[in-house]
Amino acid sequence: MKLVAPASVPVLSVRDLCVDARTPEGRRRVLEDVSFNLNPGETLCIAGESGSGKSVTSLSIMQLLPKASLQIASGSIQLGDRELTKLSDRAMRSVRGGDIAMVFQEPMTSLNPVLSIGTQLIEAIREHQAAESGKAEAIARQMLDAVHITEPGRRLTQYPHELSGGMRQRVMIAMALSCRPKVLIADEPTTALDVTVQAQILKLMRELKQEFGASIILITHDMGVVAEMADRVAIMQNGRIIEQGSAMTVFDRPTKLYTRQLLAAVPRLGAHAGTDGPPRVGSEVARVEVPDRSPVLLARNLNVTYGSPTRWLFKGKPPVSAVTDVSFELRPGETLGLVGESGSGKSTTGKAVLGLIPFTGDVVIDGKNIGGLSARQMQPIRRSAQMIFQDPYASLDPRMAVGAAIAEPLIIHGLADKSERDDRIAELLRRVGLQADAASRYPHEFSGGQRQRICIARALALEPKLIVADESVAALDVSVRARVLDLMLELQETMGLAYLFISHDMAVIERMSHNVAVMRAGRIVEMGTRREVFESPKDEYTRALMAAVPIPDPRARQII
Amino acid sequence: MRCATFSIRRSAGVADMALLILRRLVQTALILLGVAAITFLLLYALPADPARMIAGRSATAQTVANIRRELGLDQPLLVQFWAYLQGIVQGDLGRSYAQKTDVGSLIAARIPATLVLMAAGILVEVLLGLTFGIIAALRRGGAVDRVVMMASFVGVSAPQFVVALLLLYVFAVTLGWFPMSGFGTPAHVVLPAATLGILGAGWYARMVRSAMIDVLNQDYVRTARAKGLSSARIILRHALPNAMLPIIAMIGIDIGQFMGGVVVVEAVYGWPGIGQLAWQAIQQVDIPIIMGVTLVSALAIVLGNLVADIIAPLIDPRIRAR
Repeated sequence: MKLVAPASVPVLSVRDLCVDARTPEGRRRVLEDVSFNLNPGETLCIAGESGSGKSVTSLSIMQLLPKASLQIASGSIQLGDRELTKLSDRAMRSVRGGDIAMVFQEPMTSLNPVLSIGTQLIEAIREHQAAESGKAEAIARQMLDAVHITEPGRRLTQYPHELSGGMRQRVMIAMALSCRPKVLIADEPTTALDVTVQAQILKLMRELKQEFGASIILITHDMGVVAEMADRVAIMQNGRIIEQGSAMTVFDRPTKLYTRQLLAAVPRLGAHAGTDGPPRVGSEVARVEVPDRSPVLLARNLNVTYGSPTRWLFKGKPPVSAVTDVSFELRPGETLGLVGESGSGKSTTGKAVLGLIPFTGDVVIDGKNIGGLSARQMQPIRRSAQMIFQDPYASLDPRMAVGAAIAEPLIIHGLADKSERDDRIAELLRRVGLQADAASRYPHEFSGGQRQRICIARALALEPKLIVADESVAALDVSVRARVLDLMLELQETMGLAYLFISHDMAVIERMSHNVAVMRAGRIVEMGTRREVFESPKDEYTRALMAAVPIPDPRARQII
Repeated sequence: MRCATFSIRRSAGVADMALLILRRLVQTALILLGVAAITFLLLYALPADPARMIAGRSATAQTVANIRRELGLDQPLLVQFWAYLQGIVQGDLGRSYAQKTDVGSLIAARIPATLVLMAAGILVEVLLGLTFGIIAALRRGGAVDRVVMMASFVGVSAPQFVVALLLLYVFAVTLGWFPMSGFGTPAHVVLPAATLGILGAGWYARMVRSAMIDVLNQDYVRTARAKGLSSARIILRHALPNAMLPIIAMIGIDIGQFMGGVVVVEAVYGWPGIGQLAWQAIQQVDIPIIMGVTLVSALAIVLGNLVADIIAPLIDPRIRAR
């Protein structure tokens, strides 16, 4: 524990907080003896993986736990001299948004789509300050100005869908700070944002903390963000705070094994500097050399345009160019990392090279040009090119047993008869590190990481030469992510797979790739070997992208 | 509203709205043409012979043949249909076989009564549906929710003529609160409107309930709570407009269902609207009237959808943007 000066009384003090979940099987403890203090002007980061209880902690403080499923069992939450767990609903309402304000993860859905920005800002101000509407509007305008939104007067009349994700998060912050709260709780405020936008928002939060004198509780899974922001850190695991202390202490001398593992699993940009390919993970013996070095995937002047023409009674959409003049090649046993921010066209490129959406230009898979092929003509080519998707929860049919899901591609392509099939499935499951008995179970019985392994097994069933992996580890916790990436590298070594690896995460791209292409606004702005791109980036944008990645080391803070 | 200045939207979409209405008019014409063709074909295929119905039981074959020729029923189907379409374009819906008068003016005379009934019925169904749907959503899983859902299930399942007879027995015969049938005073409209509205109220209660439950789980409702707003404001200002979006689209489609109910209810309560007109015409195989009522109903459905399309962007700025 950090020593606090006797004069400094904590703004918020949580003591022995326990929260129970009501399940059909009875009560289950999801938060156990959570205690921490938040001192004036301090940023406390609560870090942990999904399910560790970070968000339950923040919702408990706000008394916003869903009543039907979660309930505070014991403990106290003190704000100054008020005990929040015992406040009436009416009294709690003045605390919410007044003394404690909150910013949520999803800026896209956290603002009401049918109300204007002005309405939503002003109602927050009028709820807590007895301001008449002219004054409230003036405050709203000042707040938008404070979060660096241009033309605040016009923004007040706009609706959420007219603003970008970063702008919406600025509006959320403006709304939260508009009543000058003592405590700001930010629950994964930058997780849904692009890395360059994340850097801006984090910078803004630091500025405003000074300006408005609020204490911040920042909840995040990202140790880079923690290092960037925290004065103190609390690490959570399975509903408990297992370690807390100053940021320097926790990063330099973590006392718990879990904290050390968590820190070790964080991919660090620049960790592979001075090497050419991804690290070897398998044994030298199992490694295959691919004799044929001709490209397994070739894209030349690839263009994709969205939109539809206006036909008679039906209004069309104006064409939007999503991918412009993209060319690259990918050889067996190699990985091309396609990196860029949201809307850069990287996923569209991934879909186009598999012929899943219409495109112009040439795409050659395994020597065959797929331009203009019918679905039937595409079928044999699909065997050699498979895809792994982002969300392992959504990409498996919940009503289909795992074995059946893996067998499906085999059946469609008429490979392996019934007797062979079970052996194939068992072999595939073993390859991705799962037990053979997984075949008869259903997706909901598996964790996110295990599900992604199942998706990989399904992609491998046809023995493809090329796998397009679109943000395949983005939905996984860091520790799980590292293991799935290792599995993919091992499969590449032993099977000579080529990956088109699409990600927004520079550190993951660095770990996985032989070659890297940086995309922006539908174009490749820079392409080269990993060493070239990461160690001597030529393009301005590549440099900006790398500079924005938070470094998981409090000493290397970029935002002052 | 507190922030009225921001609720009123810049008039960006006037030209868009004009285009939408123009496009809708063309679509409406095509739909009416289709409805006319299908109805004409179905009526032509009926085993009943209108000429024989008009002539009466004792008429000779010669009389029947004369009547048939007079009405143009001896012409080929396409010729008959073409003549009918020509009439429609000129605003002429033909002459009733049985009443020997102009179908257009017959229908026009009865439309006000039907409009009154429909307006009252829609008021009943939306009022009951919204209220109980919202209450059930807020008390989700509780006793109130279960009672409302059970009642709405009964409302949805009960045939309208049964509901009508039940209401008549209880409120007209036993209690004597409302007149048995007829038209004229506000008391007359209560039972028919209730009969018409109960079915829809059941549907709306269920739909509003699930839409509200969905919306109440949205992130922006959590944001509204985190701002410290009162429950009333969260429900009425933040949740309800969002929950209404799918419902408004449904109301447009629902008018079709409603027209079916109008025929039954008007027949049972002796309400002098177009439903009753249609009911009598069907019994007399008075094809021009059946055709006319069908076309008017189709027009009502199209207009209902148009109104829904116009209201939706007033609530949802995302639709306005398109």
